[in-house]
Amino acid sequence: MNYLWAFLIGGVLCAVGQLFIDLTKLTPARILTGYVVAGVVLSAVGLYAPLAEFAGAGASVPLLGFGHLLAKGVRTAVAEKGAIGILTGGLTAASAGITASLVCGVVCSLVGKSHDQN
Amino acid sequence: MKMTAQEYARRVQKAGPHSPLLADCLWAFCVGGGICLLGEGLRQLFLRQGADAEAAGTLTSCTLILLSAVLTTLGWYQKLAAKAGAGSLVPITGFANAVVSAAIEFKAEGRVTGTGAKMFLIAGPVIVYGTLAAVVYGAVLWLLGASAL
Repeated sequence: MNYLWAFLIGGVLCAVGQLFIDLTKLTPARILTGYVVAGVVLSAVGLYAPLAEFAGAGASVPLLGFGHLLAKGVRTAVAEKGAIGILTGGLTAASAGITASLVCGVVCSLVGKSHDQN
Repeated sequence: MKMTAQEYARRVQKAGPHSPLLADCLWAFCVGGGICLLGEGLRQLFLRQGADAEAAGTLTSCTLILLSAVLTTLGWYQKLAAKAGAGSLVPITGFANAVVSAAIEFKAEGRVTGTGAKMFLIAGPVIVYGTLAAVVYGAVLWLLGASAL
């Protein structure tokens, strides 16, 4: 069941993104930014944690899950450390994903060849 | 060549203008769902290896990022993106693809002002506004907590 819900929820979240691309002509950067901010908001109002519980990777793999991770991090840090947690919580929780992406970017730029865009 | 966000958008939805909305959404649904299904498989694997839920989630994201980086370097992820649109954009693999493809495309402009700077073309705004939203949320939580004392 875990797998079915991961596929369905993940698929629906992506299909919604496709609607934004086709109907609004929003650029990918705007869609990704919107998804992350929406993830923070959905997590803040308590809607995303139940979805993540239920859909597993279907909720955590789309960028909404990245926003949820930021919100969860800041929530934990404020509860544990007080005001300083406002500044440290978000990026601490997201650090692994950001670091992995940046390291991959630099390493791949050493071996990768530019592809002809036309 | 230069790849602006608009240019990237054009490439991502190259299949878009001629195909109907329903077909686009079906592609996005199947590919996006498939990537999440792969993520769930990895997550269950890490859970079985004894990782707690948080560590399993982190390991899953990092594995998908690595996989996306390899496929982007080979030029395969872009081919998938041409068909899948948001299905390959919205998952964390799309974020990794945006970072890695810019890092490779702009390496001709140098290690620092090319790769180092242009990696953040799409990742930058995502991190900036995500962090900003988290800080606003944290400040609200803190103020609510402080006023309850």
